[in-house]
Amino acid sequence: MGQKMLMKGNEAIAEAAIQAGCRFFFGYPITPQNQIPEYMSKRMPKVEGGCFLQAESEVAAINMVYGAAGAGARVMTSSSSPGISLKQEGISYIVGAELPCVIVNMVRGGPGLGSIQPAQSDYYQSTRGGGHGDYRMLVLAPSSVQEAVELTQQAFDLADKYRNPVLVMGDGLIGQMMEPVEMPEYVKPELPEKTWAATGWKPGCGRERAVINSLYIDPSVLEQHNRKLFAKYAVMEREECRWQEEMTDDADFVIVAYGTTARIARSAMRKLRDKGIKAGLIRPITLWPFPNAPIQKAAEHAKAFLTVEMSMGQMVDDVRLAVNGKKPVEFYGRTGGIVPTVREIVEQIENMAKEAK
Amino acid sequence: MAVVYEKTKLLTDKPLHYCPGCTHGIIHRLVAEALDELGVQDKTIGVAPVGCAVFAYDYFNCDMMEAAHGRAPAVATGCKRVNPNNVVFTYQGDGDLASIGAAEITHAATRGENITVIFVNNAIYGMTGGQMAPTTLPGQVTTTSPYGRDTNHCGYPIRVSEMLATLDGPAYIARVSVHDVKHIMEAKKAIKKAFQLQIEGKGFTMVEVLSSCPTNWGMTPQEALKWLQENMIPQYPLGVKKEKEAE
Ligand SMILES: Cc1ncc(C[n+]2csc(CCOP(=O)(O)OP(=O)(O)O)c2C)c(N)n1
Ligand code: SF4
Repeated sequence: MGQKMLMKGNEAIAEAAIQAGCRFFFGYPITPQNQIPEYMSKRMPKVEGGCFLQAESEVAAINMVYGAAGAGARVMTSSSSPGISLKQEGISYIVGAELPCVIVNMVRGGPGLGSIQPAQSDYYQSTRGGGHGDYRMLVLAPSSVQEAVELTQQAFDLADKYRNPVLVMGDGLIGQMMEPVEMPEYVKPELPEKTWAATGWKPGCGRERAVINSLYIDPSVLEQHNRKLFAKYAVMEREECRWQEEMTDDADFVIVAYGTTARIARSAMRKLRDKGIKAGLIRPITLWPFPNAPIQKAAEHAKAFLTVEMSMGQMVDDVRLAVNGKKPVEFYGRTGGIVPTVREIVEQIENMAKEAK
Repeated sequence: MAVVYEKTKLLTDKPLHYCPGCTHGIIHRLVAEALDELGVQDKTIGVAPVGCAVFAYDYFNCDMMEAAHGRAPAVATGCKRVNPNNVVFTYQGDGDLASIGAAEITHAATRGENITVIFVNNAIYGMTGGQMAPTTLPGQVTTTSPYGRDTNHCGYPIRVSEMLATLDGPAYIARVSVHDVKHIMEAKKAIKKAFQLQIEGKGFTMVEVLSSCPTNWGMTPQEALKWLQENMIPQYPLGVKKEKEAE
């Protein structure tokens, strides 16, 4: 472990990526993630083999990522909601061509130009693929700057392990917040060699000619390819699901929240415990695959669930799918860039407790 | 017996899917021969477009990437930045490059990205069945300009080579044609030169190749070549549009 430093979330993510061997960054300015490309533009030229390039658009940036990933590099791009929408075509191609890369989305309020304030309203887009076609991405949702650092580094390993893009989904707050962080010493795990990368080929050079491609014109071959992708997703669902549980063992009321909202929910949970209401918290760390297991377990004994989001209610669908009608699932959300308060969440649970009596 | 002609090893044995008389096939051969003669097969990465040449990754016998519609210059940029010693080229149609990909080509050019672009201009969207392209000639009938391209309604064709030649980034931009043997030889020279300049690290190079689409022009291959010569060349004059002075 390195020393503790005070860092902004966005800068910490950028440094963590470099520490994890990311040498290529392509991006386009958009608030509230600008510190990532700015940091990269400062640092990359000082790192051996490092390259920062400001693209002409998010569309170009994600396609530069495609080219760099196809050439075997560790590569990242970052943006915020409107820009992530523009990247969706490219992300779909990257998934189809089975290329590893890391994408950061510092979510802001929408729809449209929306606001520049924090939001969680890109949950559907992130967890259901986002672009066209049948696919998934691993979605990691940090709730502190320290966790953002750790998840960013893991994102590169996971991307390489599965040859699939990994999305680190923060919100404006995670990106802008300054917190003490320890930059962990990055140790690269054993990963498969990128023998598929397009780096130059001639007959007899020891590998097949590389073709980085997502076109499968024969429907039966495409179906086979999609089944292969989904076999990978099945492994991810089994092995990569992450969450944090607090005080759920005896909880009557379980709050489900991620990212910044989970921090506020944690404070609310403590307040409620002080007041004698048995509240607990489940914080999904992977939004996809979604942690069904702890929710199903809690549904055995809890009286009800409250999903809290900075949206009009998106993750709540996944909570309801996991609870499967066993217990009521309520929703509380603020949107447009407004962050829910501890008091608001406490009130929601108090009302639920009254109703449950 | 002396070998008079041999298929270049930069093309695979896969039969081309192009329509009879389509000049995409000739352009493939010119690109492949140029790379072969420069001895860079083991360094070359090609980027195929979305368009009739989408399967170029099956034909060029080198590492290949297939890009989204119009994005080949961005893909090539990412690839080239990772391995600057690779010889990286894109092969793009006029819909791909001049319409949906207008931003990507312009910025790759102005960055002086050290890649080579083979720009196949056939004044039409071939693959999707002959719709109007940004390069369609005034008055030209296509499936989405059934009364002929009306410039009052949808503007004028883009002369991409001249437009990009106004930028400081490009090292070499030329427009050539493949409608007869003489022009095919000149096209080959220009393509080889573009690759040579890339190998020397001179920066962005592009060769625009006027090409025929007999199928969607509704002509025989011979008529198409004649139409190209008589109608496209006046609109798109051949020649070198930009050549950076040797530094
Ligand atoms: C985003 C997107 N839009 C549209 C298409 C459909 N499409 C496929 S090829 C093509 C036009 C290709 O024309 P051109 O680039 O001129 O090449 P040609 O086929 O004439 O060689 C279009 C519009 C697509 N594949 N992707
Ligand atoms: S449609 Fe036109 S451009 Fe495409 S292969 Fe046929 S002749 Fe060539």
